[in-house]
Amino acid sequence: MTTVEFRKDLFANERQDDLNEIGKPKIRQDIEGHVTGRTAYFDDHLFEGLLHMRCVRSPHHHARIRSLNAAEAERMPGVVRVIYPRDVPNNLNTLLSLINFGRDDEPLLSHQKVAYRGEAVLAIIAETEAQARAAVDAVRVEWDELPHVLDVEDALKPGAPVVNEEYPNNCFDYEPYDHVKLRFGDVHAAFQQADHVVEATYEMSPIEHAPVETCGAIAAPETNGRYVCHTATQALFFSLGTTAKFLDMPSSRLHFIGGTVGGGFGGKVDSLTEPLAVLGAMLSGKPVKFMWDREEEMQVGAPRGAERWVIKDGVMADGRIIARSLTGYFDAGAYTRLSSYAGTKCTGHLPGPYTIPNVASNVFCVYTNRTPATAMRGFGITGVDFAIECHMDRVAEKVGMDPISLRILNSYRDGDMKAHRRSAKNCALVECCQVAAGKANWTLSAEDQAATSLTGTNANRQEIPETALDEDGRVGERKAGRVATTEPSLGTRRLPAGTHGRSHAAVAPQRPDMQILAERVGHRMDSEPQPMPEQSAAQVSAPRPPAPPRAAPPSPPPAAPPLQTQNTQPAPMAPVQSTPVPTYPPAAPPTSETEPAPKPFQKGVRRPGVSRFLSGSRRR
Amino acid sequence: MAVHHGRGFAAINYPIGMNLGGDPAQALVHSTPDGKFMVTLSAIDLGQGMKSVTRQIAAEALGVPIEDVYVDTADSDTGPHDMGSFASRGTHRVGNAVIRAASEARAQMMEAAAEELEVNPTDLYTDGNGNIHVKGAPSRSITIAETSIAAQFKQGRTLSGRGIFLIEPSGVDPDTGEMSPVTTYAHAALIIDVTVDDETGEVDVVEINSAYEVGRALNPKLVEQQLIGGAWMGVSHALYETTEPYYPSRDHGPIDFNHYLMPGPGEIVDHHIAILERPAADAPYGGKGPGEMCANPVLPAIANAVYNAVGVRIDRLPLTPEKILRAIMANGGARPQTRHPGARG
Amino acid sequence: MAKKPVSFILNGTETGIFVEEGGNLLEALRRGAGDLSPKYGCGQGGCGACTVLIDGEPHLSCLTLAETVEGRRVETARGISNGAELHPLQETFMEGFAAQCGYCSPGMLVAAKALLDKNPRPSRNEVIDAISGNLCRCTGYEPIVDAILQAAARLQGRVA
Repeated sequence: MTTVEFRKDLFANERQDDLNEIGKPKIRQDIEGHVTGRTAYFDDHLFEGLLHMRCVRSPHHHARIRSLNAAEAERMPGVVRVIYPRDVPNNLNTLLSLINFGRDDEPLLSHQKVAYRGEAVLAIIAETEAQARAAVDAVRVEWDELPHVLDVEDALKPGAPVVNEEYPNNCFDYEPYDHVKLRFGDVHAAFQQADHVVEATYEMSPIEHAPVETCGAIAAPETNGRYVCHTATQALFFSLGTTAKFLDMPSSRLHFIGGTVGGGFGGKVDSLTEPLAVLGAMLSGKPVKFMWDREEEMQVGAPRGAERWVIKDGVMADGRIIARSLTGYFDAGAYTRLSSYAGTKCTGHLPGPYTIPNVASNVFCVYTNRTPATAMRGFGITGVDFAIECHMDRVAEKVGMDPISLRILNSYRDGDMKAHRRSAKNCALVECCQVAAGKANWTLSAEDQAATSLTGTNANRQEIPETALDEDGRVGERKAGRVATTEPSLGTRRLPAGTHGRSHAAVAPQRPDMQILAERVGHRMDSEPQPMPEQSAAQVSAPRPPAPPRAAPPSPPPAAPPLQTQNTQPAPMAPVQSTPVPTYPPAAPPTSETEPAPKPFQKGVRRPGVSRFLSGSRRR
Repeated sequence: MAVHHGRGFAAINYPIGMNLGGDPAQALVHSTPDGKFMVTLSAIDLGQGMKSVTRQIAAEALGVPIEDVYVDTADSDTGPHDMGSFASRGTHRVGNAVIRAASEARAQMMEAAAEELEVNPTDLYTDGNGNIHVKGAPSRSITIAETSIAAQFKQGRTLSGRGIFLIEPSGVDPDTGEMSPVTTYAHAALIIDVTVDDETGEVDVVEINSAYEVGRALNPKLVEQQLIGGAWMGVSHALYETTEPYYPSRDHGPIDFNHYLMPGPGEIVDHHIAILERPAADAPYGGKGPGEMCANPVLPAIANAVYNAVGVRIDRLPLTPEKILRAIMANGGARPQTRHPGARG
Repeated sequence: MAKKPVSFILNGTETGIFVEEGGNLLEALRRGAGDLSPKYGCGQGGCGACTVLIDGEPHLSCLTLAETVEGRRVETARGISNGAELHPLQETFMEGFAAQCGYCSPGMLVAAKALLDKNPRPSRNEVIDAISGNLCRCTGYEPIVDAILQAAARLQGRVA
């Protein structure tokens, strides 16, 4: 049995609950169609003379195609057309080229070599699905097997087989490095100060999205040289743009229809079926359906990729985590798809919802000879959250602390500085911990019960510390055997405390008319979490009691001495040893007194050399 | 040989949308001749309720009843650009675009009504039931149907609006990782009670107690759908699901539902949910997307509960009976840990 | 390829179509008879999205030879409602938010109807048994089980 309660008493002064439609359990617009069987998914559009497509796929992890003979298949009953790699007008793409991230690295149909078991090398269109399957079985391919690599750490070693020629170092280029770096403070100095260092390795398994509807598309000639494509895509314009690029045709000749999808969970972004279906319709002049069967969905369709995480925490005896170092490997499989983005997205998420004064991470997007990975519910986050929260349990055990108390102690609060150098706001982790504990009859200390996300920050927690930087792992160095470790190393230079660029916010409405009137929103639209004046006291249930003061002295870890705050110049080189190592006296956790609000970011301050847009590069 | 009870905890936050590289969504709104409204999008409804939540948002922003709004989505000939349904971006990005489009259409509607009622548009309000009234003189009113007819057939005015929402694109500093990844985070914490059979290695999830902070539950039933289904998926990920059971080896990969395991209707877990709402400044009516974050805390909470029950840490997902049994054997038997407060059983 | 005529009663209406020899009932219903409510989910009998009733018994249409329904009564989700009037199962699925993507719903509803036709007062466990061959990836099943029990109660109320 499920029970659901709404804790309207919490954050009540930041919210009005008297909106007309919002907040009401209105019935779904699509539900009548679902229960009457009238909802039309992509495959529920009937076409006269519909043809069916199947693919010839690699049985090997890594192999060169010595010869390919489809002559017999072409003569088989019902076969309308064999599509060869040479039939694809522009047979190389990367999904995120649409936002200019990464280099084209994946063919629609592979013509020289295959880099994973299941990679398509040929497509066959026939009058029935059974005929298409029979023809696929009749294609003769001679393979020269190549050495393969399946483990992410093996793939990064010098001498590992090259999976993807576009990225010969077996990892995505996050120029100028072969990984995404996060550097905040100095983890190595803090480990020296820590009472305990806790280290462990975690692994996320590859997972299938398993929507009940498999991936697919039906394409058919329309008029005026256009093609209609009914699709199960999760991203209509991604699929349309990808199709236009592979087929080297103006997007105006494509009419994509979708929006009603039988489950996706991230598995229907890759846009593999749409280009082939449209190409099939172009070459045959007839409607063509390309829909994966369940086996393809499970083994050829991209999974949530595997991840491996090494976490090392420096923790004080009282439970304060003073340093967290992470090394992450996203297993992209043979091609990039969206995995490059996972590295960036999860880096922005680290070190999880906690305020830790020293954080460093190296995150790699690694190519291996397996099915390319893609997004799935919680993309870039699910795996590392598993690692972090298991690790928090280990840390709690090490210091002999209640696991929830450890979370509340280290939880981020409004105004705290996060490791990616932006202030935390609109936090609610503490309250979630308290409410969950209350529901499960898990007794928390008075102190933990009194904590709030609105309080607990202070000047130290709002500061950007002096930061140890390194230049390890420039693209290509690892393959050449010149990089010893994948973990964040000791820095070679230091970036002054307080160094940051500017924050980014929503672009203002194009015209004033498009701006919703503030009184019709029901909450504050600036980011200051102040009480709403309109709210009457009666609407707000019992305000939180002021928190009892914590044990003195209320001084969290002092940051390294600020040398040049708000510095916009490149960091001066300085030997690591010359800076005094920050010390962590047995001090109390965050004070529960309300501290002044964080200083707003200085507008327009940017470090030189930082791209306004993206860190990735595009060749073409 | 015995069945051991264990209790585990996990807490998480989740980024809503992804700013990097730009992540825009657009919406169009127009009225029919008799004052109903069509919302045209290119967003995808995968079951999460995109059509339904944008309909509700549009009705609220227009100030009309939900029955008078219909969402038509994902025809590239008519729908404006949208990146797609992923990264919990739909509610935040598309919702904001719909608010802007609906706000513009509402402004037109109020001007048309003002002309009919011979007042200033700022003196008017909508009652949410299809009428526009003069402030302080509610009996002076016009229906939205009449307003639309007048606008189209008399005034020559469209009641329509366009909206786009974009957080300006930003990059990542390669040396520090400095970035503006998102503007809004959802939160969750949960406690899971399990039993572990030290003879079979089998884990039963007995009960979940959870708190999810979602900004604002724009439609409480849609949120509930995500939280229940998401927790189910979390249990499934934690205990059963893998396409490569012996990763990094590719052997023994499942090719059908007899081998790709998931919990069935007989394994529904008792789940007690609390929903917290702290509106996000730049989210539509403060709502954050709950769809992705809800599965995440379940995985570590179960792993922590298994440790609590039998004293083995399974750090590689999924937590199969094989892994648990091997770890118990390596440990010389089950070693139940200190019971956490209030544990069931 | 050889085609074979098959006549059967589809949702109460006499229907005659030509089917591929060896072709499955799912494709025959969808492409032949134009009833798109049964869905392809796996073609292996593993997901239940294609469930239909043949003479009142739930069958997986993807694993049923089309020619075997000659002269028999076939019901799909399209046939559950009485014209424009929804079946209580459809009402409680709607009200109870018992679907998200909706792709499994036609099979679920048909499996549930087979149960209620035979057993108007099922226990919770009997409901679970009845839909245990139907996979849902979205809902976590609980709203579906609840909706079926509520429909049973509603049907009892109407009978009483």
